[in-house]
This record gives sequence, structure tokens and C-alpha cells, in this order.
Amino acid sequence: MTASQQWNTLQQGRTRRLERAAALAQGKRVEADQVVALLEAIIEPGDRICIEGNNQKQADFLARAMVQTDPARVRELHLVQSVLSLPEHVDIIERGQVSRIDFSFAGPQSGRLARLVESGRITIGAIHTYLELFGRYFVDLTPQVSLVAAQMADRQGNLYTGPNTEDTPAIVEATAFKGGIVIAQVNEIVDTLPRVDIPADWVDFTVQAPTPHYVEPLFTRDPALITETQVLTAMIAIKGLYAEYGITRLNHGIGFDTAAIELLLPTYATELGLKGKICTHWALNPHPTLIPAIEAGFVQSVHSFGSEVGMEKYVAARPDIFFIGADGSMRSNRAFCQAAGHYACDLFIGSTLQIDLHGNSSTATRGRIAGFGGAPNMGADARGRRHASPAWLKAGREGRGDIAMPRGQKLVAQVVETFREHMAPAFVERLDAWDLAEAAGMDLPPVMIYSEDLTHIITEEGIAHLVRCRSPEEREQAIRGVAGYTPVGMGRDKRAVENLRDRGIVQRPEDLGIDPRLATRDLLAARNVKDLVHASGGLYDPPKKFRNW
Amino acid sequence: MERFEITLDARPAGAARRSTLCGVVASGNLEVLVELGQDPAACTVEVSTSADGFRDIWEAVLADFAERHPAGGLRISINDAGATPAVVSLRLAQAFEDSAGGAA
Repeated sequence: MTASQQWNTLQQGRTRRLERAAALAQGKRVEADQVVALLEAIIEPGDRICIEGNNQKQADFLARAMVQTDPARVRELHLVQSVLSLPEHVDIIERGQVSRIDFSFAGPQSGRLARLVESGRITIGAIHTYLELFGRYFVDLTPQVSLVAAQMADRQGNLYTGPNTEDTPAIVEATAFKGGIVIAQVNEIVDTLPRVDIPADWVDFTVQAPTPHYVEPLFTRDPALITETQVLTAMIAIKGLYAEYGITRLNHGIGFDTAAIELLLPTYATELGLKGKICTHWALNPHPTLIPAIEAGFVQSVHSFGSEVGMEKYVAARPDIFFIGADGSMRSNRAFCQAAGHYACDLFIGSTLQIDLHGNSSTATRGRIAGFGGAPNMGADARGRRHASPAWLKAGREGRGDIAMPRGQKLVAQVVETFREHMAPAFVERLDAWDLAEAAGMDLPPVMIYSEDLTHIITEEGIAHLVRCRSPEEREQAIRGVAGYTPVGMGRDKRAVENLRDRGIVQRPEDLGIDPRLATRDLLAARNVKDLVHASGGLYDPPKKFRNW
Repeated sequence: MERFEITLDARPAGAARRSTLCGVVASGNLEVLVELGQDPAACTVEVSTSADGFRDIWEAVLADFAERHPAGGLRISINDAGATPAVVSLRLAQAFEDSAGGAA
């Protein structure tokens, strides 16, 4: 130990920043028109910055303030945040204020981001899963300054984040306990909060934004847009996968394919006698399309990553199902729900854009750097899992064969129609992800679900039980066997696929006792958004863009 | 826009078939008209499709249809508005069933 070693440089930095900002605030309270000056006073060149925004709620006012800061002062930033979804997140890169980004998902900004990377104007550290990025907040990517969003603050600076708590606890905890500064935009400042989600001594400044923070209704799927093909794949999933394995604990993706499954639980699955036997416990956002299954008594518990616009009253009125505080409103938590999805669920099922001959799948396409958000954490076998369940054990027996040490395996399924719109095949010899990685100089092609984790593929042609395959060659033929009339499907060895059918590895609808002609929209427990409102007893209040009556 | 006609060998559909129209011409969907033809050992299919360049896929879908269903003696006309093979197969199966006049 040397006498000159300083052990509190982070604390000194924090004090220095707070001193510079003191004149701009009354205690913790900052007026909206002082926020740009506040950011310029606090942020230092090279800082790691988190502008909160997942695919749902956004610290949008603070993001707009960031792009008004002086690029000569606020510069060389390292953005460390879940999602680049607002134009301002990319504007600040274009303004030359950011030198590096580490993130999970870029959704609507994926095209602009790809152009910036290809022209060498920004370096991507990595595209993480949510849990990975949150994990790194507590290891080597701790933010110096975090800009977060809450529904309300009180005069001491306590925050109420309510149903859309989402990423806030993970971001604030990492920042506040490692000498960082937390600035919160809030919709209103009140005397008494419904409850405290983030305590005041973890928050340095609060500002009332001129407009409420934006929340994207990303998890609302209009049943009117569900196709007969999606009804068919939902029937195959329920009979060939959920009933076959007795899956009770699960997570669904956000697509129409899985919305169709949710809407078939009160009808088709109930007719099959599966109520109480499947789909009882969920890690899932409050999907409006789950309302009929909840009302039918199918569902016992739902923990959520975030909330969903319009679902607040319905969720609050079903406290036996959702996680509700003593104040009566839901609390979500993305980090906990992702951990739940990874470790405590037996099945992840979602959709993708491309699947290759090994069973790697990706939504990455040329010219877009999008990332995957939550799917890779939930769509990966939890190698560290120690608790057993019948579904997990059955998959383990099938997937690992006769090994001395009993182990289970997570079920990971992808549902796709063999052709997407404009006749783009969902099955390909080579993922576009390879081209993207090459163009952007990435270490790894952006793969959403890795081959070794994928246990099932469901298409209108049937289900491929990849977990039952004994060799890479069998696996390839099982994939080709459900790839229909795509070039990959046409390239199948017909005898090999018939052999896989005989062994129950490839199952056609007729092998499962499903008549595709009965796959009609009449099977959906709700056929439009209005039906969902009725099913909720009028408690679900859909956003305007979903109201057409 | 592309139009072509394919004639396929098929097991005879038998008597008691009637003309039927199934589906709608809407984006991503199609209309299938089933009528009685001349040759009881062949099924002729006339395809009008809004999407060019997919004749190979049509031939594969229709060959599978003729193999799976006794469609001999039927004349089928398809008006396609960019449906995927999944929808084409489903509509053909529905139209074939309807032309028998029975329930599924």
C-alpha cells in the first residue's frame, strides 16, 4: 500500500459535478429550461452515459435535451443503454458527441445506425442481451451519468415508476452506488407518491418534463390481423409442443404467431382438456391477447418486464394474477423478469426472420443493426439450472440421450411461416447476419437463437422436434422437412424426411390429428380489439391507433 | 401479372362434384374456382397471379395437391393476389372439400 493512493476519486468526481450543478437546481429540483445547462455542467468528456429507454418507456425529454448540449463540452461519450429507439439517440451520434456504444436493441433506428457504423463514425462495443448489459453495468460498464424516466417524484426526490418500472432499478442502482449521477424526468411532482419505487437518496435531480414520457404500445397485437396460417401453427404448437411436454411455465415472443396461441387457449386448448395442465405461469408483458385466457381461468401468474399501454386498469383489477403493490398498481422489472424467463421458465417460443440449415436463427437483415433485446436470454438453455420439472426433464432426456448425470433442457421453439411477405423464404442456407457482421466489422454475426439451443421449429408444414435428432445430418433433414416449398425445403431428401416422420421427429398436421381446414379465425377467442375490451369487462383501454369503432 | 395452365395426372374425383368458389382476392389471399372438366384422369389448373417468377413453386404446390387429393376430372382456376404457398394449399384443400358438398 502506498501512502499517496487515493481511494475516493469517484466520490470526489461526484462532488465536483454536483458543485458545478448546484446553481442550476433548488435542492434536487431542476426547472425544464435549465436541463441543457445541467447536463453540460455535470457530464465530463469520455463519460459513460445511459439515456433510459427500452422498447417501451423513454426518457424522451432528457434525450431531446442531450442533443441541444454544446458538442464542444459534451463529447467523446460512451453510450451504455438497452435500446437506441428515439431519433435523438442516433442524432447525438451524428452530432459527433459519441465515440462508442454498447447496447441491446436498435429497432426503428437500426438502418441509420448501420450507416454510421459502416462509415466509421461510431464504434459498437457489443450488441448484448438485456441481462448481459445489466450485468456489465455492475462490472465494467457502470454509467457515470444516468438519465431516467419516472411517472412521479415527490419533493424529496423519491420516484414512482409504477407499472412501467422496467429498467430503472437496474440503471439507478448501478449508477448511484458507484459515484454516478442520476437525473430523472417525471410527468408530475406530487406531495405524496402512491409508493416509492426508487428512494430519494439514489436520485440527484428531478425535472418535470413539459410532456409525459413516451411509452410505445409494442406488445399489442390486433387479433383482426391474425391469419389462418397463424391459427394453424398455433394449433400445432398447442398439440405438438405444449400438450406433448406439459409446459406450464413459459415466455412468449411479441409476434402474431404467439398472439394466436394466446387466443386459442380458451377455445382449442380447452377443448383438448388442457386447462390447468399448460400455460399457468408466465414471464410476459401484459399482452392484451392474453385477456381471454386469464378470464377463462387458464392463467395463474404473470410477471412482467414492463407494462402495456391501456392495460393498467385491467392488470390492477387482477391482483391474483399480476404483481401489484400495496398502492394497487403493478410493478414491472425487466432485469428480474429476464432472469425469470431464463431460469424459471421451461419454454421460450417466438418468431424470427431467418433460420439456417443448422437451426441458427436471426432477425438481422442487410443494412440494419437491430439487435434482439430479450429473446436471446429466454431463448437459451439455462446451463446453470438446478431445479427439475417434467417438461425440462423430458426435453433433457431427449436432447442429451443416455448420459450418466441426469440433466434437463429448456425448450426453445421458433414459429415461422415458410415464406414471409413478398415470398421471402424464412429458411436460408446462410443467414444475412454474416454479411452484416462483415460490413460492420463485428466479432460475431448477430444470431438471435443459437442452433444448440433451438429444440423445435413450427411451420404450417408441421413441427420439427430438433431435440430428438441424433446427428447434424438428421437435424438438417428435420429442418428441411418443415421448410415447405422454400429452396431449403425443396432440397430435402424425401426418404430421410419420411423416416423422421416415422420416428416422430417431423410431425405433419395430420400426424397430430389436426385438419388444416379447421384452422379458421373462428377458433380465436377474440377476433378484434373490441372483443378484447369486452373480454376485459371494459377494463382494457386500447390506444387510439387500435380503436376502429 | 402472370398466367399459365398446368395439367396434372390425378385419381378421379368421382361423381357428385359441384362447382364451388372459395376464398377472396385480397392482398396475400386468393380465390379458387372449382368446375367440372373433361378428362376424369387429369386435373387442369389455370393460375393468374399478381406475383411473377414463382412458377416452379406453383408447380410444386399443385403437384402435391394432386398427389394428396383425388382431383381428376376437375378444372381449377386460381386468382392469386400474392398468397404464400401455405395459404394456397389451405384454400385448395378447402375448395376441394366444398366441391364434394360435404363437411370436413
